[in-house]
Amino acid sequence: MKDRLVIGNVELSSRLFIGTGKFSNNAIIKDCIKSSGCSVVTVAVRRIDFETPEENMLQFIPSDCVVMPNTSGARNAIDAVRIARLAREAGCGNWIKIEVISDNRYLLPDNYETIKATEILAKEGFVVLPYMNPDLMVAKALMDVGAAAVMPLGAPIGTNRGLRTKEMIRILIEEIDLPIIVDAGIGRPSHAAEAMEMGAAAVLVNTAIATAHDPVAAALGFSFAVKAGRLSFIGGASKAELYAQASSPLEGFLDSLQ
Amino acid sequence: MAFYEQIKMYKDFDFESFLNKVTVQDVENVLAKEKPDVWDFLCLLSPAATSHLKIMANIANDLTIKNFGRVVLLYTPIYLADYCLNECVYCSFNVKNNFKRSKLTMEELEKVASEISRTGLKHVLILTGESREKTPVSYIEECTMLLRKFFTSVSVEVYPLEKLEYERLGAAGIDGITIYQEVYDEVIYESLHKSGPKRNYHFRLDAAERAAEAGLRTVSIGALLGLNNFRTEVFFTGLHAQYLQKKYWDIEVGVSLPRFRPHLGNFTALAPVSDKYFVQALLALRIFLPRCGISISTREDPLFRENILPMGVTRMSAGVSTNVGGNLRHGETKSQFEISDSRSVAEMRDMLKSKGYQTTFVDWR
Repeated sequence: MKDRLVIGNVELSSRLFIGTGKFSNNAIIKDCIKSSGCSVVTVAVRRIDFETPEENMLQFIPSDCVVMPNTSGARNAIDAVRIARLAREAGCGNWIKIEVISDNRYLLPDNYETIKATEILAKEGFVVLPYMNPDLMVAKALMDVGAAAVMPLGAPIGTNRGLRTKEMIRILIEEIDLPIIVDAGIGRPSHAAEAMEMGAAAVLVNTAIATAHDPVAAALGFSFAVKAGRLSFIGGASKAELYAQASSPLEGFLDSLQ
Repeated sequence: MAFYEQIKMYKDFDFESFLNKVTVQDVENVLAKEKPDVWDFLCLLSPAATSHLKIMANIANDLTIKNFGRVVLLYTPIYLADYCLNECVYCSFNVKNNFKRSKLTMEELEKVASEISRTGLKHVLILTGESREKTPVSYIEECTMLLRKFFTSVSVEVYPLEKLEYERLGAAGIDGITIYQEVYDEVIYESLHKSGPKRNYHFRLDAAERAAEAGLRTVSIGALLGLNNFRTEVFFTGLHAQYLQKKYWDIEVGVSLPRFRPHLGNFTALAPVSDKYFVQALLALRIFLPRCGISISTREDPLFRENILPMGVTRMSAGVSTNVGGNLRHGETKSQFEISDSRSVAEMRDMLKSKGYQTTFVDWR
């Protein structure tokens, strides 16, 4: 059976999503997309220079990639809704990643406002992918109000600390019938592989690629890790053992039972 | 608790003695920490830390790239008017300076705005002197509404306002304020602001909070380096920024490091800040406040601005004139201070590109 990932009626060819912030120039973003074969690219609407063609980041994104505008800079649901509508009017399609952040120190998402924005935008026909702090009840609420996927953070954004919220994400993967896309905190390909092995539908990487010494090579590395992790999830990794398997007195006793 | 309560806590603290007792080992211990506290910050401003600028620069560079990437926002100031009731000894707009004052009409502002927007800039900062009679809030409001047709972000560097007035400007399209305390030391503050409404130290100090409470998105603060010992002034700037970040989680707090420049009049810096100390101040701020935007203006010369770029800078001004009307009234009006970097927006963008940095013109819309 083919391993498919479909979001908003679009079948995605890759389970690696890339963010476009923090790059030293827009042309590198294009090369990273190419090297990694990623299928979804998120762009902060507040950073798109619609009026100046040569500065407009969108022109660097290949046409076969899904552009997922994000509401970076929104401090509440009202801001997020306004930014989403602005993106759609500007021709950025109907996907929207909700980012509502009212905390400028840790950049943690505001789950409550995120639910509100998701509800409004889903009703307006957007394909809504909310970025959230992994919480089961919030994820259920997001599903109920029409989210197309849920994007829990692995660690605070930009920290490259890996899957610090692993246990919570594991619960979301088990309980929520939507694609779970791990966003934020993934600092190394091994982190991405770990998320995929757990059963995440995809991962979104930005800082770790954008600020790497060689972003194009880093993007390629992440794409391999995502594939490897996914194949491990599908194939079923065999159980790890702490010690070599020798027969123990306990087992000897069990063997002796008639 | 207002920020003044924090300043008061240091009233009897002997900064000089503390700073001089800091050892190189103390500095190294601070640099090994993941999250420096206020005392660590003060250590980084000590004479002992001056010998560790290379290590500090590497840490600051890493933190900046991690938090902001290799991206610098360009903006430009627009001087709307130079009417001023204040007698600030270090400023050309000083009420005692005798020159023909003016303010831009809406027609003139439109021409200025149109010219600036052709350079690609999307963020502007509008400035006036302090004159509620000549440049009332209604005038600033009218200018804002006009400028919002050209720019995605308009912020103000004007006299301190009441919260309701900030709300009014927010509704007109202002999204942030810049307000420099100039000098946090109250005694020096009083001696340098000889007359005018700016003598009210507290009303100015609390302006950033009123703006945050009024819902503006960004607040930038700073001390004018050269008016007092930079070590304590930068310490209070950092403390003030941290206080604002903690109290108003949802605003973007920025700091600037304006260094005293020649101006009309004969005031000279009371405590000149060398390039080396300027760099120390910048690095200490970045390490103490990794998420804080840091702006470097055209007060600094081109080569110096390029060299300090990787050490924490996130915003730079370009294509600047510090007189009312800029090129439109070239030669007719007085500059607030002399600039050192007169490069155009295109030149700045090329420079940033050559240094491996992306220029951004838009960070809000």
